[in-house]
Amino acid sequence: MMASTYNAKDEDGHITVAGPGGGTLRSRKPENTAFKQQRLPAWQPILTAGTVLPAFFVIGLIFIPIGIGLYVTSNNIKEFEIDYTGVDMSSPCFNCSQNFSWNSTRPCTCSIPFYLDQPYESNVFMYYGLSNFYQNHRRYVKSRDDSQLNGDSEALTKPSKECEPYAFHDNKPIAPCGAIANSMFNDSLELFYNDPNGTKVQIHLMKTGIAWWTDKHVKFRNPGGNNPNLTVAFQGTTKPVNWRKPVYELDSDQENDGFINEDFIVWMRTAALPTFRKLYRIIQKKKDMVLTLPRGNYTLEVVYNYPVRSFEGRKRMILSTISWMGGKNPFLGIAYITVGSVCFFLGVVLLIIHHKYGNRNNSADISN
Amino acid sequence: ITRGHQNKLFLTLQNRTRIPPCVYIGHKEPPPGAEAYIPQRYPDNRIVSSKYTFWNFIPKNLFEQFRRIANFYFLVIFLVQLIIDTPTSPVTSGLPLFFVITVTAIKQGYEDWLRHKADCSINECPVDVVQQGKVVRTQSHKLRVGDVVMVREDETFPCDLILLSSSRHDGTCYVTTASLDGESSHKTYYAVPDTMAFRTEQEVDSLHATIECEQPQPDLYKFVGRINIYKDKEEPVARPLGAENLLLRGATLKNTQHIYGTVAVYTGMETKMALNYQSKSQKRSAVEKSMNAFLIVYLCILISKAVINTVLKYAWQCPNISFTYSLYCTFLDTFSLLQVIRAFTDFLAFMVLFNYIIPVSMYVTVEMQKFLGSYFITWDEEMFDEELGEGAQVNTSDLNEELGQVEYVFTDKTGTLTENNMEFIECCVDGNVYIPHSSGAEETDESCEHEDLFFRALCLCHTVQVKEEETVDGIKRGIHQGRPTSFYISSSPDEVALVEGMKRLGYTYLRLKDNHMEILNKDDEIERFELLHVLNFDSVRRRMSVIVKSSSGEYLLFCKGADSSIFPRVVSGKVEQVKARVEQNAVEGLRTLCVAYKRLSTSEYEEACHHLTEAKLALQDREQRLAQAYDIIERDFVLLGATAVEDRLQEKAADTIESLHKAGMKVWVLTGDKMETAAATCYASKLFRRSTQILELTKKRTEEQSLHDVLFELNRTVLRQPHGHTRTEQDSNFDCLDFGLIIDGATLSAVLKPNQEGAAHGNYREIFLEICRNCSAVLCCRMAPLQKAQIVKLIKASKEHPITLAIGDGANDVSMILEAHVGIGIMGKEGRQAARNSDYAIPKFKHLKKMLLVHGHYYYIRIAELVQYFFYKNVCFIFPQFLYQFFCGFSQQPLYDTAYLTLYNISFTSLPILLYSLVEQHVTIETLKREPSLYRDIAKNSLLRWPVFLYWTCLGVFDAVIFFFGAYFLFDNTTFTSNGQMFGNWTFGTLVFTVLVFTVTLKLALDTHHWTWINHFVIWGSLLFYVIFSLLWGGIIWPFLNYQRMYYVFMQMLSSGPAWLSIILLITVSLLPDVIKKVLCRAMCPTATERAQVGFALKWRLYKAAFFTPK
Repeated sequence: MMASTYNAKDEDGHITVAGPGGGTLRSRKPENTAFKQQRLPAWQPILTAGTVLPAFFVIGLIFIPIGIGLYVTSNNIKEFEIDYTGVDMSSPCFNCSQNFSWNSTRPCTCSIPFYLDQPYESNVFMYYGLSNFYQNHRRYVKSRDDSQLNGDSEALTKPSKECEPYAFHDNKPIAPCGAIANSMFNDSLELFYNDPNGTKVQIHLMKTGIAWWTDKHVKFRNPGGNNPNLTVAFQGTTKPVNWRKPVYELDSDQENDGFINEDFIVWMRTAALPTFRKLYRIIQKKKDMVLTLPRGNYTLEVVYNYPVRSFEGRKRMILSTISWMGGKNPFLGIAYITVGSVCFFLGVVLLIIHHKYGNRNNSADISN
Repeated sequence: ITRGHQNKLFLTLQNRTRIPPCVYIGHKEPPPGAEAYIPQRYPDNRIVSSKYTFWNFIPKNLFEQFRRIANFYFLVIFLVQLIIDTPTSPVTSGLPLFFVITVTAIKQGYEDWLRHKADCSINECPVDVVQQGKVVRTQSHKLRVGDVVMVREDETFPCDLILLSSSRHDGTCYVTTASLDGESSHKTYYAVPDTMAFRTEQEVDSLHATIECEQPQPDLYKFVGRINIYKDKEEPVARPLGAENLLLRGATLKNTQHIYGTVAVYTGMETKMALNYQSKSQKRSAVEKSMNAFLIVYLCILISKAVINTVLKYAWQCPNISFTYSLYCTFLDTFSLLQVIRAFTDFLAFMVLFNYIIPVSMYVTVEMQKFLGSYFITWDEEMFDEELGEGAQVNTSDLNEELGQVEYVFTDKTGTLTENNMEFIECCVDGNVYIPHSSGAEETDESCEHEDLFFRALCLCHTVQVKEEETVDGIKRGIHQGRPTSFYISSSPDEVALVEGMKRLGYTYLRLKDNHMEILNKDDEIERFELLHVLNFDSVRRRMSVIVKSSSGEYLLFCKGADSSIFPRVVSGKVEQVKARVEQNAVEGLRTLCVAYKRLSTSEYEEACHHLTEAKLALQDREQRLAQAYDIIERDFVLLGATAVEDRLQEKAADTIESLHKAGMKVWVLTGDKMETAAATCYASKLFRRSTQILELTKKRTEEQSLHDVLFELNRTVLRQPHGHTRTEQDSNFDCLDFGLIIDGATLSAVLKPNQEGAAHGNYREIFLEICRNCSAVLCCRMAPLQKAQIVKLIKASKEHPITLAIGDGANDVSMILEAHVGIGIMGKEGRQAARNSDYAIPKFKHLKKMLLVHGHYYYIRIAELVQYFFYKNVCFIFPQFLYQFFCGFSQQPLYDTAYLTLYNISFTSLPILLYSLVEQHVTIETLKREPSLYRDIAKNSLLRWPVFLYWTCLGVFDAVIFFFGAYFLFDNTTFTSNGQMFGNWTFGTLVFTVLVFTVTLKLALDTHHWTWINHFVIWGSLLFYVIFSLLWGGIIWPFLNYQRMYYVFMQMLSSGPAWLSIILLITVSLLPDVIKKVLCRAMCPTATERAQVGFALKWRLYKAAFFTPK
């Protein structure tokens, strides 16, 4: 009786295992079940050249058309990109980029002319792009308080310590707190079409619909519930250090103000890579016009607020159309074509191998 | 407790520290005299098998768990996460660690609670103690050393007792030690002669005596002590006490109404039973060793990754200060202590980020695999023996996979290769042969003196007991009616066979009564011999003797033993005839024993008596002194004759050995038997074939030539075979000359004797090993038990470090079973000691085939895949994180969300591999059994060698690169959705993670050759679980989290077409190289296993075709 109790004695905290076969198991015939006898019915596939061959051809035949489709789609997408950082002396924004500080009161504006050699049909999406900006830096990524952004009144006045050192300013809680919010992109971009007849037509830029629906309606909430008066709701807080105006003055539209301002939400979704673009505005296709942006001369007017020279960053403005597969990205199509062709090629190689070696093996086996 | 030591009596002792303890029976002090005693403390009779108490459980258990290096590693990581600012929250490593520690603690706590309960019931079980002449009932744990205890029939002894008296008149009692060593036969124990007459409590209580005995030691079969009995101021009478007087705790009293015993020294934790259950030394398998080597490699990879990242962070990234993290670099302008500390914290943070590369779950999975997997052995119906009513038994699950790696098999002969079911074949007296059930017996009716003596010798010289089914008086009647209601039992089957053989020849041994042995002779007369001394059998002397006094008052010494130990001691008799017969029998594979006798005069007898008593009374070196005494007494014999007993080969022994040979194992037979007998068995069991060239390295040969010459000559013979030839020999064993070596114990010890003639001749070992390496089979005969272990050790230590397996059934095999990498015990007739000390126990030798070729093979491939796959999947997991550091400014930003980091190893990828490692069968059981040569495919740890490990690691790195850069180029500066909205870093990580989980699981699916419904369920189920979990994890604003970074990330990703396309593409590309490698390897140079797989599939297809075409 002692023997069985000692069996289980562990030596040094291993998850050791005394092994089966204690007293009760003895002298009993093991059950004859398929599982216990390791005889469960099973499918026993083997990867031979013969069985893999069809798979390779099928993959090849499926991937190549997909790839071609993707490639063509990607090529049909029109994209225009312009760097407005103002590094060159000749650049119109050179001056703005030189005398910059976060707190300069007088806004610096510059306008960049460009020419679209292709007309843009359907909706056009306007992005701003930043380079060498490590929005994915660890301390940057975590420097936010999601409870505060979700309208939690307690978090509004007591921001999480993750926001440090952008949690308090002058002993007042910062709303929205943290480094991400503090460094929000604040250039404003406007687009003008230079009509061949000399008039400058401002193009209507839509500033809603640029953030995820769930972000705008669930994840980000203004404090104070449905209180329309955001100024009251944000009372007792202060604006982020680098901001010019408090969060409740981001937009005049009640539905796009405070934490649910879409520019803000877009910025708060940290980018994966140091070179990234973020959706800025949408140029919707007008019903009566066939072309959203006709071919011609345009001017980009920039209110230059955002400093990037300190980290040798670049700022870009991108205009792009979108297909069902997103923006211009030839990589996916090329990758599909390549993989498809490789599979097809391998299929041929395997076919040869199968003919050369396969029969030999099989005959050897049968003779066994 | 009253105990002390008596200086007077121990003057002879040299070693002061080993003064034996002394017990005062009934707590009565010895008469006032010279003895001064110092009271000593002894434990009470409480058995404590539990490890923890209620109070010390948590600290002690935690301490024990963190003594494990892996647990400690995770604890350190956890603490680092707590202390410094790290990329992942302490939860990610704390949770799994907490889980593992808690589960282990609960398991151990539960086991300990069971132990407490068992202890309690044992400690509180009632015991009868004699106090002041009355029987008093008390609890077991209240027993003290020196109490006199009364035990009734079928009760278990509460502690180690010295038998004072028994209800049987001859002062014996029968005991079964089944719970101690598994031997269910009844053993006889003897009361101290001076006290065996006690009948009542009062008498027992009047005893005045002290007992001295050795310090507690775990050997169940050894006890040395002395009892001093004081009678009315006389000088004390000293009597020896041996193992036959000591009733062990845990044994049960049988066939005896009651006994009185005194508590010997050993109570509580000092009892032999308690000492025996202390943990055994742990054997480690080769897989575990290579796993540890891989771990070290991974640890190096981990550290170098962290170092690379730290260096790059400071050397390259900080100078180009980006404003987002300028805050954290500003302190770095000047080299300072702060900077060093900062760099070190960064290093630790990188370590934390990459620590998942060594997953805690691997240990858990490996342990679970071993534990659960070992059930398949016990469940195996084919390894169940109807006759014994027992199946295979697993004593340790740590060595399952080692069963698939065996290169050398060391097997015992008797009881292992053979049935150990002895049958008396014939005997020969002075050259006349007697065969039972033939007319041979009558034919030699001329009554010669030797014949009478011979039969009497065999009837008297043994330790067989007669087990009655009825009461003592019933025996005679039973036998008279010709229906023996009694049968013989003995620890040695040979003896039973001999006594039964004698019965068939007309001489029946009836019983031992009052020290008189009764024999019913041919004429139905009862002869009585007084049994004076038994000189027990031991494997060194290889003989036993009895001294009896015949009714006519003659002193006779009968001796039987191996021919080698009898012939040198014979002075007369027909030696030549007997020797010839013995050799002839041995060649036929029979076990032979020689019988001799000697008449003792009264003075000779007294001298012998004196020698024996003196030796028996000695407390120190008793064994040695007894051996000397035996040596003096057992000489100058007159040879009577010899016996032959047949031991049949076990069922399918030859088939098993043949399979083992084909599987590339070398089989060595180690036996104590004669060379001729053993060789005959080897031929019968196909260890040696007719074509085998036998090399002999025996004493006979070394007497003619010097050992040196013989060794070199054999070596030349073996090496003459060209080496290229030996290669092909592996495949076609039959048509090629192969060698078998026979070596005997004496020569072996000469070979192994270190440096006998200086350094020049010191390397006999090497030459010997060289010879052995070239022999397919080796027979070692005339081996002492310790030599068996020596041989195993020698092979273990040879330069290839082969994996050895020892299999045996008897106590003499225990040493080699413990020495070998894997020890297998056969549940045999010679008791259970081998099975008890083994790692695995099987009922029959033939089960070894399935054990090694099927179970061992499966366990090995399963665990090999488990280990490799675990490292692979964690490279895939962590390497993208490493690459990501180059794109996030070396800021230790994790690529995946915390939940993914934590659950990847715990739930997303854990079950498929666990299940694979339990049920995978790359070829069917039948194929493995039919083609033992498949075992060669996995020899030498082939699936865990460095090239294979490198392949897996490279595959992991390749996949990781595909995942990361695939996602990188897809994400690079473009939109992913049809509404123009952008994804962030968490979507990037989730995309990589999704591809990772699918690829890693599908890779396992590609490796699975045996798809049962459970495999389907677990593999597809765990992928489904991942998807459902991700949907849930991202679907809700989790109130207890301080971040909502995953909110809707997974759904948004799935809503984008390109994400789907890229997931499919990346999975395909990641799996492609492995598939191609598999297919090409199979087509170009298939292994035997792969051929067997194809062969099976083809046959199956043919079978299916044949089955379906008639319709």
